[in-house]
Amino acid sequence: MARVSIKVNGKDEACEIKPRTLLVEFLRDHLGLTGTHVGCDTTQCGCCIVLIDGKAVNSCTMLAVQANGADVTTIEGLADGGKLHPMQAAFREHHALQCGFCTPGFIMSALELVAKKKNPTEADIRYGLLGNMCRCTGYENIIKAVKAGAEAMARVG
Amino acid sequence: MDDFNYHEPRTLAEAAVVLHAARNGVYIAGGMSLIPALKHRRVRPSDLIDLRLIDGLAGIRREADTLVIGAMTKHADVAGLDIVRNSIPDLARLVGEMADPSVRNRATLGGSIAHADPASDYPPALLALEAIIVTDTRRIAAAEFFTGPFTTGLRKGEIITAVNFPIPDNAAYVKFANVASRYAIVGVFVARRAGKVCVAVTGAKPCVFRFGEMERALENSFTPDAIKAIVMSAQGLTADIHGTPEYRAHLIGVMAQRAVASAAAKPRPA
Ligand SMILES: Cc1cc2nc3c(=O)[nH]c(=O)nc-3n(C[C@H](O)[C@H](O)[C@H](O)COP(=O)(O)OP(=O)(O)OC[C@H]3O[C@@H](n4cnc5c(N)ncnc54)[C@H](O)[C@@H]3O)c2cc1C
Ligand code: FES
Ligand code: FES
Repeated sequence: MARVSIKVNGKDEACEIKPRTLLVEFLRDHLGLTGTHVGCDTTQCGCCIVLIDGKAVNSCTMLAVQANGADVTTIEGLADGGKLHPMQAAFREHHALQCGFCTPGFIMSALELVAKKKNPTEADIRYGLLGNMCRCTGYENIIKAVKAGAEAMARVG
Repeated sequence: MDDFNYHEPRTLAEAAVVLHAARNGVYIAGGMSLIPALKHRRVRPSDLIDLRLIDGLAGIRREADTLVIGAMTKHADVAGLDIVRNSIPDLARLVGEMADPSVRNRATLGGSIAHADPASDYPPALLALEAIIVTDTRRIAAAEFFTGPFTTGLRKGEIITAVNFPIPDNAAYVKFANVASRYAIVGVFVARRAGKVCVAVTGAKPCVFRFGEMERALENSFTPDAIKAIVMSAQGLTADIHGTPEYRAHLIGVMAQRAVASAAAKPRPA
């Protein structure tokens, strides 16, 4: 067993886990944060993306022990009480989801993208979302939503 | 995935001691190639030794005419930092076209070259730039490092600490990428330094290789036309679902000519 202490959505989580525990298993099975999804389990789809110290990473291809001491943000950490984060609101507004399975991963990738570049162009957005797959929407509305979400985030400051 | 013991050594010496003491110790860097192998039980370590807390393994610096990149430096940093763009711009571009952003946030230079996938993008850059791989015990020329598919000249327990890239006068990398993974179906890195030209090819054989005939022609005339008539034999080239050996032979010519055109148009930044 290994002892990890990981800050998840602002809360310190200290646990004894098996070293082979994937970060996504730690989030979903140990903490009950099931908003982070497993689509492929092979680093292809991006459904499992969370932010670690602000960087988008595939939690299906990271051991929880590798995140020891880090600051993790999942989709559950974005809304402020009942109020959606501007990027979440933009996805809803622009019909950027149908089944919604891919949405948490897209939103986490979008947040790193906007943190790096406040006003991303369409090309920036497509490049930044290369690691995310959606089987429903055809992507167009996702691109629109990220652009609108970025603008809304810039307005909020 | 099987169970294993997990270690977080703070120094290179400690890491090597743990590895040699273990029944089957394996180092882990970004884990982007190793964790999939653990899931498939292709690799079954008794002990996993994480290199992430060892000081001095990540970071990029310029020493005179050499760019030194630490083994634990993530792809995202090589692709994004001005120090790389200003000295070997096509190295930054090559890394920025590997995989996708979330993989680049974790995968490292050391892990990439130790893994030595025959379709990987770093190996042709190291080979064409005549890079030196620095380990905890010695220095290895790129030409001696890549020895076969998923095999290198590293000894048991040896840890890559950095790679020294001599800065070329002209360089460019052009690849025909697998659209799903972005690994190279064929990629060609061309570099020229002090009149010497190196052409390195990835994706086309079980191991990255140099194409000497093109190099000699380009030393006479560094133009795409100089290599137009040089065709690689399809014999020994990879056949898989992405392409036949003949197709790959054709791609090598096309990618090489594009790389030369691009390199010739981009002399070394001041
Ligand atoms: C979806 C996806 C797409 C990809 N696309 C591309 C692509 O387009 N082009 C490309 O080139 N690559 C691609 N890769 C591979 C990526 O670059 C790898 O993750 C990389 O090859 C391994 O780096 P790592 O830091 O994750 O190493 P790990 O997975 O941690 O380790 C790999 C191997 O190297 C050993 N090792 C690690 N560091 C050291 C060291 N310092 N000294 C000695 N041994 C060490 C480990 O023991 C292990 O055997 C892709 C990967 C994924 C998951
Ligand atoms: S579940 Fe992690 S990338 Fe698909
Ligand atoms: S909304 Fe269904 S996979 Fe994207």
